[in-house]
Amino acid sequence: MAQMAQDQSAFRMELRSWLEANCPAEMRDGNSSRDHTCWGGRNWVFESEAQETWLNRCIEKGFTVPTWPKAYGGAGMNRAEEKIWHEELARIEARRPLDSFGIWMLGPALLHFGTEEQKKKYLLPIARGEIRWCQGYSEPGAGSDLASVQTKCEDKGDHWLVNGQKIWTSYADKADAIFALVRSDREAKKHLGITFLLIDMETPGVSTRPIKLISGMSPFCETFFDNVEVPKEDEDGISSVVGTINRGWDVAKYLLTHERSMISAIGSGTGGMRPLAQVLTDDGAELDPILRAAAIKAEIDSLATGLTLERYKDMAEAGQGVGDASAMLKYVGTELNKDRHELMMAASGSDALEWDGPYGSRPADWLRTKANSIEGGTSEVMLSIVSRRVLGLPG
Amino acid sequence: MTEEETMLADSARGFLDENAPVKQLRDLRDAGKTFDRALWQEMAKMGWAGILVPEDHGGSDMGHAAAGILAREMGKTLVASPFLSSAVIAATALRQVSDSRAQEALSAIASGEVTYALAVDEGPKFSPEKTEMSATRDGNSFRLNGEKTFVVDGALADRLLVLAKTDAGLTLFDLPAGRNGITRNHKGMIDSRDAARITFDNVEATGEDVLGNVDQAMKVLQPALEAGQAALAAEMSGVAAGAFGMTVGYLKERKQFGVLIGQFQALQHRAADLWCHTEVTASAVAHAGRMLDEDPENASLAVSLAKARATDTAKRAVIEGVQMHGGIGMTDDFDMGFYMKRARVAAEWLGDYGYHAEKIAKIRGL
Repeated sequence: MAQMAQDQSAFRMELRSWLEANCPAEMRDGNSSRDHTCWGGRNWVFESEAQETWLNRCIEKGFTVPTWPKAYGGAGMNRAEEKIWHEELARIEARRPLDSFGIWMLGPALLHFGTEEQKKKYLLPIARGEIRWCQGYSEPGAGSDLASVQTKCEDKGDHWLVNGQKIWTSYADKADAIFALVRSDREAKKHLGITFLLIDMETPGVSTRPIKLISGMSPFCETFFDNVEVPKEDEDGISSVVGTINRGWDVAKYLLTHERSMISAIGSGTGGMRPLAQVLTDDGAELDPILRAAAIKAEIDSLATGLTLERYKDMAEAGQGVGDASAMLKYVGTELNKDRHELMMAASGSDALEWDGPYGSRPADWLRTKANSIEGGTSEVMLSIVSRRVLGLPG
Repeated sequence: MTEEETMLADSARGFLDENAPVKQLRDLRDAGKTFDRALWQEMAKMGWAGILVPEDHGGSDMGHAAAGILAREMGKTLVASPFLSSAVIAATALRQVSDSRAQEALSAIASGEVTYALAVDEGPKFSPEKTEMSATRDGNSFRLNGEKTFVVDGALADRLLVLAKTDAGLTLFDLPAGRNGITRNHKGMIDSRDAARITFDNVEATGEDVLGNVDQAMKVLQPALEAGQAALAAEMSGVAAGAFGMTVGYLKERKQFGVLIGQFQALQHRAADLWCHTEVTASAVAHAGRMLDEDPENASLAVSLAKARATDTAKRAVIEGVQMHGGIGMTDDFDMGFYMKRARVAAEWLGDYGYHAEKIAKIRGL
């Protein structure tokens, strides 16, 4: 134990001095909000030289994907080390060097289901921020009932022919490629006829249309596939299907579990967010007793939820199955995040009612949070999962 | 949980299912009793009474996280014992003091021969800093006058830890419960457990009876209170788990409208929400135990977080427990009522939700 603690403290000191020397001052403003996120991709334009420098220095050390194996662009950190990395970033309020759906979603799917060739081909560009992926799951007729996706995928010998429509595709209009759930067998039972397919957005027949949301922002798109020909293999013989044909639901389920634990982080104050107490009081706002009581309760629930997230990560690290409990993390975390933003709006009163008022994006952020308990599976779907799979209540 | 912790929980569960199911509390109540000394002796033999007592003094010295695990298992079947008062609170207080008398007292706790109760409250709410009971100087000794309320385990305890106001602060006294001038009024409590109102009429206490230093009670008492609050939170998470387990079991066997009521989504979602609540609270409870073991100087936030969450969760679990059982949940023949009453008593003991929420707010700058 003592040896481990010592090793960890040496690791922390090493990171700390590296960060001190390598994180540009402009990147230490604690601002990882959407406006300042570094997404990477073929057409990425850095907002500043500092952003580019910061990314490049992190790429060199594998810090964009700290827990991935070094062979795929990561730093090979274990869970304890990753925690230290995040703590040290937070200590100097450093921005995350790179965010992307490749890091959050596709990477974990490939690490779990991909062939060695696929890992080599796809993971490195994700780690280096050279490609920007988006996720093609939902369809107009397949929301909560995701397994009923209808986007058609036909076997045409050397290629797949894809026709159909996706919706709520985050940043599809800015993405270079999409990982999509498509219907490859219309006869099979709905969970057994789905394939997890990788499609380049520049392929003829792919088009996107941003959807304007209540926040005024358009983070989501409709994505259309009109006779899109997806090569089955690239010139090196690497397949465009992740996992087994017709068993894409296994990949999707794995990723949903992953996505749910990730989304849950946002409400718990562990995702690099400032504590609610600090947000509310830094603004100098006077909280009336009723608002204050609600804020204290939200703070208590946030702290306890953060501890729960840590506990489940530890369990996962120890090889204990977390699986269906991720539905709990997602449900609790997102409901809490909605509360948090309701409180922030209430605390700032009419000043937060102007789109570009003294609180900047606060009203738009507040509206955005309403999607948290819908995207990645609604709160109601999460409760049904807990009820059936965790509690074993009859279906 | 670590492997060791799982083993401890499993062995405790095995013992308690055999020797202290809810029926044991019911039988005690029906016999007009609040506590089974023979059962406590059994627990002492297993090292539970000395769980926070150093091995030199006959304890098993397993720490606060382990104490929490035992408390949680006891909570699941509402075990009536002086575990919190003696093994956790008094032992922690005595450990802060290094004199030989305190060492002997620790041995007596570990062996199960002597039980303690903590006499702090004077009104309906926990607030030790507002203690009014006086201990006035009288030559070389003190005279204690006043009344303590809600002294949990106080009617049967052998010794009392009494908080009183002295010249320049608060002082903690360690007194035999039978000392002249002490009158204990055992009150019939809703949870069928031991609690007393105790009056002190010119009770004499000497310097020997002071635990720690005069006017500096909090040095000894605060760690003891935090240990007690964390263990109580653990017990309450067990109470919630016990009530919840019964409720989910009922949803799987009770039929209405020709189907199992657990098939109704309205009930499924409420049960699932409650499970989420119990899981989040379990994290706070485990964290508090770990903090007390690893960094006790900085455990206040973790402890209050655990007690606040556990209070909230236990309340929800017993309310839903009665509601989902329907009419049978209201009957005395059925056990759910015992859970509801214990949850209410535990909610008030050592600080209610509001008390701990306010502490958290202060620490977090709200």
